[in-house]
Amino acid sequence: MKSKQQRQLFYLVPYGAWLLLFVIAPLFLLLFQSLTSANGGLTLHNYAVYFGSGTYLRMTFNSVWFAFLITLITLVISYPMAYLLNQLKRKQFWLLLVILPTWINLLLKTYAFIGLLSKTGTVNNFMSFFGIAPQQLLFSDWSFLLVAAYIEIPFMILPIFNSLAEIDPKLEQASRDLGANKWQTLRRVILPLSMPGVKAGIQAVFIPSLSLFMITRLIGGNRVITLGTAIEEHFLVTQNWQLGSTIGVILIVAMVVTMILTRDRVKKNTRK
Amino acid sequence: MKKLLSSVVAILIVVAVLFGAQRYLAAKTGSGEGGSKVLNLYNWGDYIDPALLKKFTKETGYKVSYETFDSNEAMFTKVKQGGTSYDLAVPSEYMIEKMKAANLLLPLDHRTLTELKNYDSRFLNQSFDRHNKYSVPYFWGTLGIIYNDKYVKASDVQHWDDLWSSKFKNQVMLIDSARDVLGFTLITQGKSVNDKSTADLAAAQGKLTTLMPNVKAIIADEIKMYIAQDEASIAVTYSGEASEAMVNNKHLHYVVPSEGSNLWFDNIVMPKTAKHKAAAYAFLNFISEPKNAAQNAEYIGYATPNKKALALLPKSIREDKQFYPDAKTVSHLQVYSDLGQKWTEKYNDAFLEFKMTQR
Repeated sequence: MKSKQQRQLFYLVPYGAWLLLFVIAPLFLLLFQSLTSANGGLTLHNYAVYFGSGTYLRMTFNSVWFAFLITLITLVISYPMAYLLNQLKRKQFWLLLVILPTWINLLLKTYAFIGLLSKTGTVNNFMSFFGIAPQQLLFSDWSFLLVAAYIEIPFMILPIFNSLAEIDPKLEQASRDLGANKWQTLRRVILPLSMPGVKAGIQAVFIPSLSLFMITRLIGGNRVITLGTAIEEHFLVTQNWQLGSTIGVILIVAMVVTMILTRDRVKKNTRK
Repeated sequence: MKKLLSSVVAILIVVAVLFGAQRYLAAKTGSGEGGSKVLNLYNWGDYIDPALLKKFTKETGYKVSYETFDSNEAMFTKVKQGGTSYDLAVPSEYMIEKMKAANLLLPLDHRTLTELKNYDSRFLNQSFDRHNKYSVPYFWGTLGIIYNDKYVKASDVQHWDDLWSSKFKNQVMLIDSARDVLGFTLITQGKSVNDKSTADLAAAQGKLTTLMPNVKAIIADEIKMYIAQDEASIAVTYSGEASEAMVNNKHLHYVVPSEGSNLWFDNIVMPKTAKHKAAAYAFLNFISEPKNAAQNAEYIGYATPNKKALALLPKSIREDKQFYPDAKTVSHLQVYSDLGQKWTEKYNDAFLEFKMTQR
């Protein structure tokens, strides 16, 4: 009995070391750095700068707003799509097609969009067949939302698809037997049962969207500014790592809030 | 379980083979830090003619390990943290000043630098490195306006103030750099690009904000791609980027406003971490030889500070006013000095606020 416990403890060592080195230590360093001044003293100055500056607050608002829009767009597209995929015969194959784009490097996908959306790009060429003059498509809020949503969509579809696939088809049949029509079944049975997937999807999309920054420059032309831009600037250009860390801490807090808001309140026995 | 185990073993074998192959290739091409006949060169990406590196190895026997960085700040951080053994690095002028102040540079032995005489005296003894105690010029260039003659008349974009013209609504792309954008705004107001006055900076920021309706995007290296694809008709960028874009689109032209602009340098320095000094001096002399410098300048497309190399370049390059502006314009160009932490932040904050301006 004792040796089994010891063995379990032994298995915990690499896991614990990993957590300590790559999760807890960096978080602590980030928090510590955000509380120091340039010459090393402890201070709340960085937070005062952050909360005292209209620029940063507006930027935070921007980040949350765009992350919200991206999440909303992906959700609206993903739920029906995951639902339909689930009805198909060879659903694993179709799902694979949806996941396929995630195998391609993010930057390459972004550059592909430049080719599509630029003034001399595919979309404008196509439009010119109908006599529509080239439009400015890049460097707008819309193009940013389009590309960001495209990139995030697989991360929304996957969890929703999985939670839908896990629902016992008998429940649906039972609901029909008891007189519910298709719409009622969807609303009262399928939707509540797939909520964990939706929440997981929201987490997987909202949180990374808060700090997107490559796309804000390449597609948004820096007309869309999020906190990611500010962090990059403080770490690379001004070398004010303290303020950069402060913004990092604030992003982490925002993520924790999101996790709390979307966690599963009622513990359920999920069947495998 | 057995299946899992065998796939784990298979993955480990593949990793081991790849690792072995990587080591073999590294030994063959001479990269990596080991060995004594090696030169560790830390440079911007694609910033030397690869043929020259081969030639250098052939002539001197030193193998070159070429590592790249994409910003002065990233390079500074890496050299400062140590653990590297770069023998030569190529920072820009303000960064040389900063590295000097941080004691990260070794003074150069001018007796060993036999080829320093080839350089144009205009580009030696600059404010950031008097008597070239620490650095040898590599390339120089300017900040300017690139425009497309299909959409814009040349006479409409000769000066910085022209960017504010109501004709160019939503047509201008700016380089994503606080110093450069605030710099040319300061020049339009008759101030220095190294201005350290709160009032002047606020005035520049105010004026810059009125440029926003004309601004299409604020981006970095992508400018050369976008402008070559006709995405915008005007852009503010560096001469080197402009020359690359112009190769891809014959309608593009580059102007250095005569009232002044930024003059930038990339110089070669020897960081404190240097371990192969003989190799470093051999390279400095090699790259300063007129023939090699000319070949490099033709490949990169930036302006060479090497007077004898310039004479070897074809006339079409040598007399190109866009990249080798006349003496009068050159006399109005200003070199950046290191602003220090406080003012770097002020410039960047002002720029960030400008970027947040709504159209």
